Amino acid sequence: MSEKLPGWKDIPIGGMILEAGNAAKYETGTWRSSKPIWDPDKCIHCLQCWIYCPDSSIQVKNEKMTGIDYFHCKGCGLCASVCPDKVQAITMVIEET
Amino acid sequence: MKRVVAYTGNEVAAEAMRQIEPDVVAAYPITPATEVVQAFSGFVSDGLIQTEMMTVESEHSAMSACVGAAAAGGRAMTVTAANGLALMWEILYCASGNRLPIAMTVVNRAMSAPINIHCDHSDSMGARDSGWIQIYSENAQEAYDNLIMALPIAEDKNVLLPIMVCFDGFIISHSIERVELLEDKEVKDFVGEYKPQFALLDLEHPKTFGPLDLQDYYIEHKRQQHEAMKFVPDAVLASAKRFEALSGRKYGLIETYKLDDADVAIVVLNSAAGSTRAVVDKMREQGIKAGLLKIRMFRPFPAELIAQSLAHCKAIAVLDRCDSFGAQGGPVAHEVRSAICNLPKVPKVIQSVYGLGGRDLNIEDIVDVFGDLKKVADTGKVEKVFDYITVRS
Ligand code: SF4
Ligand code: SF4
Repeated sequence: MSEKLPGWKDIPIGGMILEAGNAAKYETGTWRSSKPIWDPDKCIHCLQCWIYCPDSSIQVKNEKMTGIDYFHCKGCGLCASVCPDKVQAITMVIEET
Repeated sequence: MKRVVAYTGNEVAAEAMRQIEPDVVAAYPITPATEVVQAFSGFVSDGLIQTEMMTVESEHSAMSACVGAAAAGGRAMTVTAANGLALMWEILYCASGNRLPIAMTVVNRAMSAPINIHCDHSDSMGARDSGWIQIYSENAQEAYDNLIMALPIAEDKNVLLPIMVCFDGFIISHSIERVELLEDKEVKDFVGEYKPQFALLDLEHPKTFGPLDLQDYYIEHKRQQHEAMKFVPDAVLASAKRFEALSGRKYGLIETYKLDDADVAIVVLNSAAGSTRAVVDKMREQGIKAGLLKIRMFRPFPAELIAQSLAHCKAIAVLDRCDSFGAQGGPVAHEVRSAICNLPKVPKVIQSVYGLGGRDLNIEDIVDVFGDLKKVADTGKVEKVFDYITVRS
């Protein structure tokens, strides 16, 4: 891995990040041990999951939930736990390798 | 036109800061540096300068506020001593690691316990590995000059490191000396307008300071700090050259006195160099070829220059106003020893700790050191490599 990364002469000093928003390029989905599975048929689009997701991984279009961004989702399970009890549109399943 | 005043070391430090007029000063008073903060905040309250003076609740906060101000893109300065510097410890590394060119006066004082407010170098020497540039000053004039020369060094585009200007507590901080001051405009022009290379308040170029940096990049960033230190000697000399044109006073990385043909020499920094210079003359009258090497820049350590300057000596004594308890000498002695160890003919070395907690280093003490050196030079034998002097047995 270290062969591909730039050396000390080629990176900004002091650990500074000079490009705004480049965390989007960083894949955190590989950290997941369980995966949220969304059932569009059950979903009532209350967007509680969108509010609580710490990784901005709930995808929304025109105020409707459209899916989950698995490139960034770390599998914390918050979305499943805040999805209303009567709805339960998100289930956490163990991640298979 | 130069202004000649009778000021204490602290007063000239405050005067230099007034003339520099940094954007932000965040400081917490501590003896023997209190007067600097007191005088400087007076200048601010009297409306003489526009600096944002932050009276914080601790030195940890003072350095943190300087880090914030410098990251925002401002010129930040502070002052401290001893335990105050110790309380800044964590943030000293944040300042250097984030590459923020903060300038700080350290009025050297002993570390508690036992509590003692007088001079030794245990405070700044303890911070020698924190990534700060360290400049040491013999007297009030040098304290003033070094402080004015400091910012152009720290802010050099290849350097971008914080800088400490040190001088001796009480001996210099509270003694009145004749000091030549520059005009306000001369100082302003010398330090110039600060144009930060990286600033959080540069909204056109949003950036992040201080993110998590793990096994994949941390060592690369430390290697960059190591590299930045290599540019410091040139920056120090460039600043000194411009300063000489302005003031007529000449500065280098080290200062030598009658060293060129010396058989025996003392290596020392800060105010003890003054007394040593006088003793060198005394020794010369007695036919002993004595010399002095005063270290001005301790970080980065000018090892090669020091080795060259001492290469012809038969015996040298390195005097440390700081002990590295359990080691085989103080920090200056260690550095000098490793600097000279590869010389074709290595001078014999005596390492002495002196003056802790403000104990005087008297003329007779220095005469004794030269006496010991003479013996070592004549016999080629060092009986005691490391010992305390100026101590009762
Ligand atoms: S599991 Fe956690 S990270 Fe993934 S979508 Fe749900 S709330 Fe977001
Ligand atoms: S919390 Fe449940 S119901 Fe509400 S939008 Fe998310 S998945 Fe749909």
